[in-house]
Amino acid sequence: MAKDTRIILICSGKGGVGKTTLTANLGISLAQQGAKTAVLDADFGLRNLDLLLGLENRIVYTAQEVLEETCRLDQALVRHKQEPNLALLPAGNPRMLEWLKPSDMEKIVEMLSEIFDYVLIDCPAGVEDGFKNAVAASKEAIVVTNPEVSAVRDADRVIGLLNTNSINPVQLVLNRVRPKMMASQEMLSVEDVTDILALPLLGLVLEDEQVIVSTNRGEPLTLNGSKSPAGKCYSNIAKRLQGEEIPLIDPSKEGTSFGDKFKKLMQTKIF
Amino acid sequence: MTLRDLINKLLRRQTASANTARERLQLVLAHDRTDLSSDVLDKMRQEILEVVAKYVEIDMSEGAVSLETEDRMTALVANLPIKRTKTGEIKLKEQITESETEANENDDPVSS
Repeated sequence: MAKDTRIILICSGKGGVGKTTLTANLGISLAQQGAKTAVLDADFGLRNLDLLLGLENRIVYTAQEVLEETCRLDQALVRHKQEPNLALLPAGNPRMLEWLKPSDMEKIVEMLSEIFDYVLIDCPAGVEDGFKNAVAASKEAIVVTNPEVSAVRDADRVIGLLNTNSINPVQLVLNRVRPKMMASQEMLSVEDVTDILALPLLGLVLEDEQVIVSTNRGEPLTLNGSKSPAGKCYSNIAKRLQGEEIPLIDPSKEGTSFGDKFKKLMQTKIF
Repeated sequence: MTLRDLINKLLRRQTASANTARERLQLVLAHDRTDLSSDVLDKMRQEILEVVAKYVEIDMSEGAVSLETEDRMTALVANLPIKRTKTGEIKLKEQITESETEANENDDPVSS
């Protein structure tokens, strides 16, 4: 077993804050940087990671069949065509609603860590069984939250559970940041959130319509070296994970450069 | 108060919502982190007051027990104002022995 495989849980508590989008983009980014990366969709009831990566038609087996020994691990892994360093493994099939114990998850992650440098686990929302399974197999965690009261509250609950499960380090990604609203103090500031949750900030991700466009296509923003605001944020997060020192963006300075203003002008509706 | 808050006040508009969000969050998290409901907290406050009241005279109506959170550490903070005599001495209940009463010369307001 490769000892230095990084097994990272991507979780949030609340649904819809951007766990799966972050997992997909980090997976692509890390693979682009040469790291062999597996993304494991631990949310087998409502799996979506395949859809964001554009791999929904290529899933034949899941981790469940691997554990039952009806197939080999490499048969269940779905390699990304454009980024062969990246592979997806769905934990299970939405139709099979029983199975999965923490020990199953540990087994599958152990198998993955023999092959990959990174295992990113896309955690289901909530703090029930799906979450517990995913935590059991993880070593470190990224908590994703939005600058909104409900998302921060749920993140806090999850951080408490990660601490009791000795997950370390636990880092924070603040997603869907709207610099304008922060400037007018109509949105919790970056400091508000980091003070309350008391976690080191791994990165900020700016609110960006291109995220929706990219999910429509099943091509994560980082796939084509996107220069869109969120795309840049995602690839910076991946670089920081790899140990590169990339300064955090300052939301108060976003959207003020000439280039940003020009881009905005180009998006203005003319008729 | 920021300049923005001042302008809002002058225009009688609502203050920026981020402050409200922060304050509401801090309060709700202090309770989430301890799993204490306000009922339990109330009961605990009452009992703490009763215990302290056995020894010193305290102002039962002013006593406050609250949860405060900083850096993921939550503390139970009790603020119990002690009644004083006109000369400033702390009023102790009779069951305390005389020697202890005499020894008690420092009249710092006892809190927490």
